[in-house]
Amino acid sequence: MAGILVYAEVAEAGPAAIALELLSKARELGQVDAVALGPGAREAAVRLGAYGARRVFLNDDRAFAEYLAEPATDCLAALIQRESPDLILFGFTSDSREVAGRLGARLDVGVISNALDISSAGGGYTAQVPYFGGARVASYRANNHPAIVLVRPKSFEASESGGQAEMVEIEAAIAEGSRRSRISERHDEVSDQVKLEDARIVVAGGRGLGGPENFALVEGLASALGGAAGATRAIVDAGWVPYSFQIGQTGKTVRPGVYIAAGISGAMQHTVGMKGAKVIVAINKDAQAPILKLADLGVVGDVTKILPRLTEAVKAKRGA
Amino acid sequence: MKIAVTVKQVPDPNGTPGLDSDNTLMRDREVVLDPGDEYGIEEALQLKDKAGGEVLLVSMGPDKARDAIRKGLSMGADRGVLISDPQLAGADALLTAKALAAAIRAEAVDLVVCATESYDGSTGMVPPMLAELLGVPQLTFAKQVEVTGQRLTVHRQTEAGYQVLEAELPALITVTAGIAEPRYASLKGIMAARSKEVKVMSLAELAVEPGRPAESVESIEDAAARAAGEIVEDDGTSGVERIMAALTAAKVI
Ligand SMILES: Cc1cc2nc3c(=O)[nH]c(=O)nc-3n(C[C@H](O)[C@H](O)[C@H](O)COP(=O)(O)OP(=O)(O)OC[C@H]3O[C@@H](n4cnc5c(N)ncnc54)[C@H](O)[C@@H]3O)c2cc1C
Ligand SMILES: Nc1ncnc2c1ncn2[C@@H]1O[C@H](COP(=O)(O)O)[C@@H](O)[C@H]1O
Repeated sequence: MAGILVYAEVAEAGPAAIALELLSKARELGQVDAVALGPGAREAAVRLGAYGARRVFLNDDRAFAEYLAEPATDCLAALIQRESPDLILFGFTSDSREVAGRLGARLDVGVISNALDISSAGGGYTAQVPYFGGARVASYRANNHPAIVLVRPKSFEASESGGQAEMVEIEAAIAEGSRRSRISERHDEVSDQVKLEDARIVVAGGRGLGGPENFALVEGLASALGGAAGATRAIVDAGWVPYSFQIGQTGKTVRPGVYIAAGISGAMQHTVGMKGAKVIVAINKDAQAPILKLADLGVVGDVTKILPRLTEAVKAKRGA
Repeated sequence: MKIAVTVKQVPDPNGTPGLDSDNTLMRDREVVLDPGDEYGIEEALQLKDKAGGEVLLVSMGPDKARDAIRKGLSMGADRGVLISDPQLAGADALLTAKALAAAIRAEAVDLVVCATESYDGSTGMVPPMLAELLGVPQLTFAKQVEVTGQRLTVHRQTEAGYQVLEAELPALITVTAGIAEPRYASLKGIMAARSKEVKVMSLAELAVEPGRPAESVESIEDAAARAAGEIVEDDGTSGVERIMAALTAAKVI
């Protein structure tokens, strides 16, 4: 094949956003195929084609959704042996991470993880990876064949190519002993807020709110603006809000038009998940807080006083 | 139950970060046991409290990484293995996983506990690679762990909520921050740790060949900085006014 293979996460609702982002970038780099496994694979294939997949290798065996990582690793390993791609792209998401790591060890090739960008040069691939907590960016040349690279979500804009994919049914190729880590239940929080990763406006709160009850101030402003509320890991770990609110290295990556940081210090592990925002506004009582160096507008002041007044002002203006 | 916890020594997250001119982390920096791994140690100790057995700490790093192991031993772990070899300097995730796998295989453990990602590497690749090399299933992002006989149940944190995962031992788990509040080492624990065994092993002893690293560094540059913004001191009204102006300029209100 000597091309690029994108591991496309799919669900019954369709392909994951990251799959479309990866395809959009990959088609700039060369010929790109996608592989989609599990329930929803067949339905997802059309959209994967519309975003640039030339072929979609698919198998919709339930086992891919029922068991963590191992069935997908088996299937991918068999496909790779047959097609011999030069580059395999994964999203840096919790599900893809599991598969990519196992696959690298299975094929005995190292992987480049947590990348922000990828380019091709001189017949090889180079990935940009945050280094030193994100203050620097390292360019890593991939040494192995195939090169395996995991890219952070929201690194690329998804755009349609208008293409149509050839659908190629493949064997599930699941080994006897690979049905082990069984997903016996799924519990999804239902939330009526705009999806954080898609929101055009994000208001995020940190420890500077002072206590869990003050998170309502963040939610109040977010809802007045028609946006979504987010959080730092500090307050997720403290149990103020669920993990689904977390933005950053180990949480979600957001790229809204406006990001308002309320009582957030601006640790690298947080900013890696939000510094792609178009406009950043930060409210912090410490004029030395690192977040203020990133902000287009920094307000030095008390977040518990400013947020309620700001919410009122927004409501008054929007109502008018 | 015999449990191995992987532990890594990392630059102190609370220290002042520094890079040497060759872009490697400053060598004289403060280093500590990765805070993420303290959760793994705590969880392992709690499992041992319930089911009995042994908690073994395995680390790959320079000789100094002995301090990270020592810290875990003073929390109550039983012994340590340190894989230390000049050939491991700059090891990638696969080589790290191979070294850890070789040391763990020799111990025939029931459960391996890792953190979801290291503070400095943050590749999240060592645990799944380690699981594959050991030939065991992985149950990851655990925010709750239960072992009943040979049966392991994990609540896996997901972006939308959580999943329940089940598997038979032996297995590998990764734990998230907050799964259990890491205990402080008591004075007694610190004293006891001094006489606990820390076995040092080389790559040759583990029969691991350093392969080709995943990547070669081409360059390291400063991340694109955002242009300096405007900073205003809130006087009771100016803060809200300026933010309203910014939101209006951004056309969101
Ligand atoms: C491996 C690893 C992964 C991580 N992943 C993430 C991640 O995904 N996301 C993430 O967010 N973090 C992550 N972290 C944690 C990160 O390093 C920081 O600890 C965290 O982001 C800090 O959260 P904070 O800004 O809410 O708290 P703090 O750092 O405590 O900051 C609170 C801020 O509030 C200000 N403040 C206090 N009172 C007021 C007031 N009344 N009004 C206005 N301002 C006030 C203070 O001046 C301070 O700047 C990770 C850490 C590690 C080690
Ligand atoms: N050198 C190491 N020694 C021991 N454990 C490690 C090492 N590197 C990684 N790990 C383990 O693997 C986890 C994930 O690390 P990483 O893949 O680097 O993000 C860490 O939190 C540790 O538990």
